[in-house]
Amino acid sequence: MKWEPVIGIEVHVELDTDSKMFCGCRVSFGDPPNTHVCPVCLALPGSLPVPNRKAIERIIRLGLALNCRINPGSVFHRKNYYYADLPKNYQISQYDVPVCVDGWLDVESDESRFRVGIERVHMEEDTGKSVHVGEGGRIHSAAETLVDFNRAGTPLVEIVSRPDLRSAADARTYAQELRAVVVETGVSDARMERGSIRFDANVSIRPEGSPELGVKVEIKNMNSFRSLEKAIRSEIERQTALVATGERVVMETRHWDEEGEVTHGMRTKEGSSDYRYFTEPDLAPMVFDGSWVEEARSHLPELPALRRDRYRGMGVKPAAARVLASSDPQLRSLFEEAVESGADAVAAGNWVTGEVTASLRRREVSLEDVPLRGGQIAALTRLVSEGRVSASAAREVLEGVMDGEGSPSEVATRRNLLQLSDRAALEEVVEEVMAANPEAVERYRSGEGKVRGFLVGQVMRATSGRADPRAVNEILSARL
Amino acid sequence: MPSGPLSIGAAGAALRSGEATAVELLAAVMSRAEMTESELHCYLNLDREGAMAAARQADRELDRGEDRGPLHGIPVAVKDNMCTRGLETTCSSKILAGYRPPYDATAVARLREAGAVIVGKTNLDEFAMGSSTENSAYGPTRNPWDTGRVPGGSSGGSAAAVAAGSAIAALGSDTGGSIRQPASLCGVVGMKPTYGLVSRYGLVAFASSLDQIGPLTRTVGDAALLLSAVAGHDPADATSYAGRAPDFAGSLDRGVDGLRLGVVKELGGDGYQPDVSEATEEMLNKLAAQGAEVMEVSLPLFDVALSAYYLIAPAECSANLARFDGMRYGLSIKGSTASATMAGTRAEGFGPEVTRRILLGTYALSAGYFDAFYGQAQRVRSLLQAEFDEAYRKVDVLVSPTSPTTAFRLGERTQDPLAMYMSDICTIPSNLSGHPAISVPIGLDSKHLPIGFQVMAPALGEQVMMAVAAEVERLAGFDALPPPALAPPPGVPL
Repeated sequence: MKWEPVIGIEVHVELDTDSKMFCGCRVSFGDPPNTHVCPVCLALPGSLPVPNRKAIERIIRLGLALNCRINPGSVFHRKNYYYADLPKNYQISQYDVPVCVDGWLDVESDESRFRVGIERVHMEEDTGKSVHVGEGGRIHSAAETLVDFNRAGTPLVEIVSRPDLRSAADARTYAQELRAVVVETGVSDARMERGSIRFDANVSIRPEGSPELGVKVEIKNMNSFRSLEKAIRSEIERQTALVATGERVVMETRHWDEEGEVTHGMRTKEGSSDYRYFTEPDLAPMVFDGSWVEEARSHLPELPALRRDRYRGMGVKPAAARVLASSDPQLRSLFEEAVESGADAVAAGNWVTGEVTASLRRREVSLEDVPLRGGQIAALTRLVSEGRVSASAAREVLEGVMDGEGSPSEVATRRNLLQLSDRAALEEVVEEVMAANPEAVERYRSGEGKVRGFLVGQVMRATSGRADPRAVNEILSARL
Repeated sequence: MPSGPLSIGAAGAALRSGEATAVELLAAVMSRAEMTESELHCYLNLDREGAMAAARQADRELDRGEDRGPLHGIPVAVKDNMCTRGLETTCSSKILAGYRPPYDATAVARLREAGAVIVGKTNLDEFAMGSSTENSAYGPTRNPWDTGRVPGGSSGGSAAAVAAGSAIAALGSDTGGSIRQPASLCGVVGMKPTYGLVSRYGLVAFASSLDQIGPLTRTVGDAALLLSAVAGHDPADATSYAGRAPDFAGSLDRGVDGLRLGVVKELGGDGYQPDVSEATEEMLNKLAAQGAEVMEVSLPLFDVALSAYYLIAPAECSANLARFDGMRYGLSIKGSTASATMAGTRAEGFGPEVTRRILLGTYALSAGYFDAFYGQAQRVRSLLQAEFDEAYRKVDVLVSPTSPTTAFRLGERTQDPLAMYMSDICTIPSNLSGHPAISVPIGLDSKHLPIGFQVMAPALGEQVMMAVAAEVERLAGFDALPPPALAPPPGVPL
């Protein structure tokens, strides 16, 4: 039997607000432990939460970017469980009336284009961080566990996809696209290495063609897009192997082991845990009138999917459009300036995603560190299309511009890179070459065709490679 | 010098006429405490130094003419479930033994702002769960009218302190009757304001959707003064009422002429102590004679309000008390793992009634039981609110006894939780609806124990409620005092 994987992704994103979700403490990263805490985020007796309006504005903006419906009213719930890094021993989260529901995200890769349904986007708060110290420093071998509450109460958004994904690669592409949207909307810097965006995957398999869903396994602890893809692939293999031997997949949570490249089951029966959700009595229901939503909509930037379409509409090839659309904003505006200054979109796209990006990487600098502007890209593409510099010389011109030597034509002139296409001057050189190589001329005229290449080479050599090869050939043909 | 026990109004007048100083008022109250505490145990903690410093400051300010208003220099007690900066706050629980909050509850901060002198922290049923103050980990408070009897609860320490004169006024909290029922049993005035009128910030939560801070005082007028000092919007409490607080003391003498009083049919009859019913009846006749239109009103859901309450309140408490886990503050019984520490701390730190309610609430919220218990209770709550709204289309206020009985004996109901829960049958509906209600003493029963009369009003209907309460107070002319050994002193010994 052939098995089809069914995958859904849950994403947690910490919002880039100044203050925490329910108190005035600063949202921070990397500061000394427990320096951004107060009675509210430490859950001291008697303290009460007050919602952060900025965070609510941001989740609405993100929901709109994910084509969600914004519920006219939304309610906070308490999710009850005991854990040392959860100060109240309940998390303020959302249950049956989240802020955003029923959206989608269009995703594309080299292989496919597809749409992933978004079930819900809801608001909650982050926990503190357990720090395992002493001995091995790992959860099971640590001598002691300390808790840093700086992170406790950071606004956290959870984005739950529908189980629309069918391969590990698609899941990765979706995750990358979602991160791009998060960054683009400005709600979070979504830095995986800091844990400000975190991905969990729900994976099940079913006989191909079956409409029913199999038993799902949640996998956690993937800290890169690569490990997300690998973990899902490994889990699909594990499940397929299980059912092949007649065993059953059990509902559970598994941890991805980055070094071992396998998932490990956790002993706790999380699948059956009961969070005893109930309405958070400390917070009144939220009511969003139209102006909230319109305000959020007015802050929506152009999103990657639309930008890809726009670039394609300008004539950029799909792969380059994809790279450009998700590249950093400075590179995109370099490209757009170049096109506005008259550059051909295809050529400008190739330059920006190719040579410019490569050179920046070689130099280990960012675009703002070099004096390169869109108008110069446009001038460079013109030099090439008019045949005034060769393709290889053009790369050198770009380096010169990036080194601050002036405009592309100034660099080409100064570095002697302009092609000789002045007919009279070229004819003179050809004459000289023919005069200096009478033997070769004779052999060519007697039918030895390949000698022509030698003569062209001699012309190029005499002009230090600047002669326009097309013009040289034409003149040679006439003379010979 | 005023004679008789001092009200806020009388004490304030004495301060401003130069008859007394804030330090002398405090000394009088403290000496009452010295005399009565061994018998009554109203206080968990008397803040002698802090109170003296505050009284001295009040005297200095008043001397300079910097008058902060009616509470300036007045000794006030605070129930020990409200945070006081640097001053131990235990909620009468072992789990918070020695805990000193780093901040003041908003109500406490507003008392200080108004110049009040905070005498100390009063005893309560652990985490405000109970109706007799017997569920305190630090021993019960006794009723000044009969020390073999309970003062009611959970604000029993505050009620008994005001009755005994070891405070001129006190703050309590009321989740199901915890201000009004002890006020009734101790012969003082106790009021639960509209939900949201007084900030809950710094009040250690029992049941967040029901908890409300309010005054326990000698007079209705005092209740209005104390409420005015602490009420008003607080940005730190997202459920705090955003509008301006009404002028509670403004219309106390309007009388009851032309007002429609609804007598709640379901709060009376079988199970009510006969002399409580008689006193209530007599007061209704007096009110009618003053021009009130008295009519019977039926609110059938009052019969199930108690059941709904005992699902909602425990459910909320099961989450609210989850934070007491030995990880960050209070008692910590170290175990071999974090969860063993949490479990050990909670098993050791909570008393039996708190444990019972946490278990009840956890069960009521569990998957598979939620709809039958918590969900059903919330539906009853909405229907009850609708029933109240319907009643308030016909009447201006609702009236009833505050408690079916007068003070009962210590130990009488401790083995029978249901009998104990019945003590709050008259007070619980107003918590479920979020409406204001007040208890005013109207007389004594055959055993010389106080009887309370309850006036309930619609949301933010404090003004009309206080006007009716003031008229009840005037008509009752209640000036009886506890037995001489425990009665408040006549005025201030100068």
